[in-house]
Amino acid sequence: MSKNGPISQCLEKLRLTGKKGLITFTVAGDPNPAGTVDIVRHMVAGGADLVELGIPFSDPLADGPVIQQSSLRALASGAALPNIFEAVKEIRKNCSIPLILMGYYNPIYQYGLRRFAGDAAQAGVNGIIVPDLPHEESVALRAAALESGLDLIPLVAPTTTDSRLEKIAAGAMGFIYCVSLTGVTGAGTGIKTDLAEFTGRVSRHTRLPLAVGFGIAAPEQAAMAAKHCDAVVVGSAIIKIIAGHENILSAGPVAERLIKRFRGALDRLT
Amino acid sequence: MHYAHTFLPDEKGYFGPYGGRYVPETLMPALEELERACRTIMDDPEFKEELADHLKYYVGRPSPLYLAQGLTEYCGGAAIYLKREDLNHTGAHKINNAVGQGLLARRMGKKRIIAETGAGQHGVATATAAARFGFECVVYMGEEDIRRQNPNVFRMRLLGAEVIPVTSGSRTLKDAMNEAIRDWVTNVRDTYYLIGSVAGPHPYPAMVRNFQSVIGIETKRQILEQAGCLPDYVVACVGGGSNAMGIFHPFLSENGVKLIGVEAAGCGIDTGKHAAVLSRGSAGVLHGSLSYILQNEDGQIQCAHSVAAGLDYPGVGPEHAYLKDTGRVKYTTATDEEALAAFKLLCRTDGIIPALESAHALAEAIRLAPALTRDSVMVVNLSGRGDKDIAVTAGGPGVTV
Repeated sequence: MSKNGPISQCLEKLRLTGKKGLITFTVAGDPNPAGTVDIVRHMVAGGADLVELGIPFSDPLADGPVIQQSSLRALASGAALPNIFEAVKEIRKNCSIPLILMGYYNPIYQYGLRRFAGDAAQAGVNGIIVPDLPHEESVALRAAALESGLDLIPLVAPTTTDSRLEKIAAGAMGFIYCVSLTGVTGAGTGIKTDLAEFTGRVSRHTRLPLAVGFGIAAPEQAAMAAKHCDAVVVGSAIIKIIAGHENILSAGPVAERLIKRFRGALDRLT
Repeated sequence: MHYAHTFLPDEKGYFGPYGGRYVPETLMPALEELERACRTIMDDPEFKEELADHLKYYVGRPSPLYLAQGLTEYCGGAAIYLKREDLNHTGAHKINNAVGQGLLARRMGKKRIIAETGAGQHGVATATAAARFGFECVVYMGEEDIRRQNPNVFRMRLLGAEVIPVTSGSRTLKDAMNEAIRDWVTNVRDTYYLIGSVAGPHPYPAMVRNFQSVIGIETKRQILEQAGCLPDYVVACVGGGSNAMGIFHPFLSENGVKLIGVEAAGCGIDTGKHAAVLSRGSAGVLHGSLSYILQNEDGQIQCAHSVAAGLDYPGVGPEHAYLKDTGRVKYTTATDEEALAAFKLLCRTDGIIPALESAHALAEAIRLAPALTRDSVMVVNLSGRGDKDIAVTAGGPGVTV
């Protein structure tokens, strides 16, 4: 049922018009909840098609230094699931694009899987991504997500075998998040993976849209990657701007300008 | 009665509700590869012989089981035997696992080995195995641990390992493990991650336990030879829990043998500055498995504290979580102060300098033994030697160098 939820609908609509999707990421509560609401407003203004909000975690083992530091700032500001849901409600007041929460499993597990999915859906979240929850461990959260009408979006990596792809694709909802490299977020080393081969392999197992993320730092890289998928995810590049501004309100317009450059690079492909 | 536990984990890597694989997808194929290697290589008679050979001639096994007469007399109760893992090559039980996994990694054709370390004993053991088997070796170690366990940093570098200081978080074992996992995610195609404890994603908890169970297998044979009976108590310290699982596992089915795991109570179990994960923690996911962890109400990991760097970790192996819940193992705690006192005491009563980690197990033995009859038998796993701790203990109460 949720294969036709707002997330895949949004990406499929773009696909039909020949456009590429732009997914932007920030950590909720960095540097404070109000700042996140403001940043998301600028993301939408800059041309983001979907927004991913990170749930901060003390030990983000799939993330590089930029998102690690961002998570620590968010935790220092008191970010936790209840005020993140409040921030989502605030964002939803004047934003209709799909919203995705991305977070490590333990904070979700402690909150309670069904309670989490229910509260997230009620706040206006459309999907969730859990980077340390592989397919085999996802049964309980998938059930909770389905019950609340949320998409549980899986990640696949260049190391994922075809037999794993088959299992993962069969349970996938929303889109499939293709991790562009073996590594952590914000690596900045460039994408050495043969994306055409990788996303080609993934698309043989699914009709869902494919997004490519990790290591997309510049608009030119986004355009290169977008040739092989439906959408690209930009995270660390935006968070560097937040980290570089004392006042979050002055970071917003700068982030918006960067997102417009990504938007432009993607639109020039069509 | 045969204790069902002996057959765990199940095929998904669970000990009851604990264990599993909570890692990024990037690593899943590597864990599947490792699981296959465990199944095929570890049962290969040639591999078993190769491992036995290395344990005997390189590690120096079997390690003695020693009746600590001085400590026994001092306590005036149960006879206290020490399983002398401190006498192994490199000075701790960690080498049993490092040699085992090193041989496995060589069979798997890996060229590069990474490891995390707290006290540095696992780092030294891994650097040693890497030198012996010809691997490139990188060890992640928290900056705080580098400061308090400096001799081991020199040893690792002498052995040719690159020691990378970790400056994130609490700068201890937890953060070293985060960094090691990040390295593994990045270099998973050619790198073998040599985890030092019975923690992490399946199959590590079972594999490390199996490599360490040589401790318990020897102990069982030796105590029957020397005391003529099975022990009444087996006592071991628990950080991640590998020396404890190693000595406990062959005794799990012996229901008459009381098994006691001793966690680090740090400044005191009610001070918030401790590493008593089983005693004060709750179920959660850290570093690839579901087990007991120290966390706040939002599921954020809390920092542990112990004077013993090897116990200073907010998680514990999933099999221990299961053994706690089933009641088969009793878990107690010893404070920094009690461990330091036990450390000092064994130096004087028996001329043995124990590792601060092992001193936690000794502290429990010292509490327990006086109340037991003289025909009672207790085995304490002396998991490592304390040369590395001299600088730390010199700063402690009543000890000057």
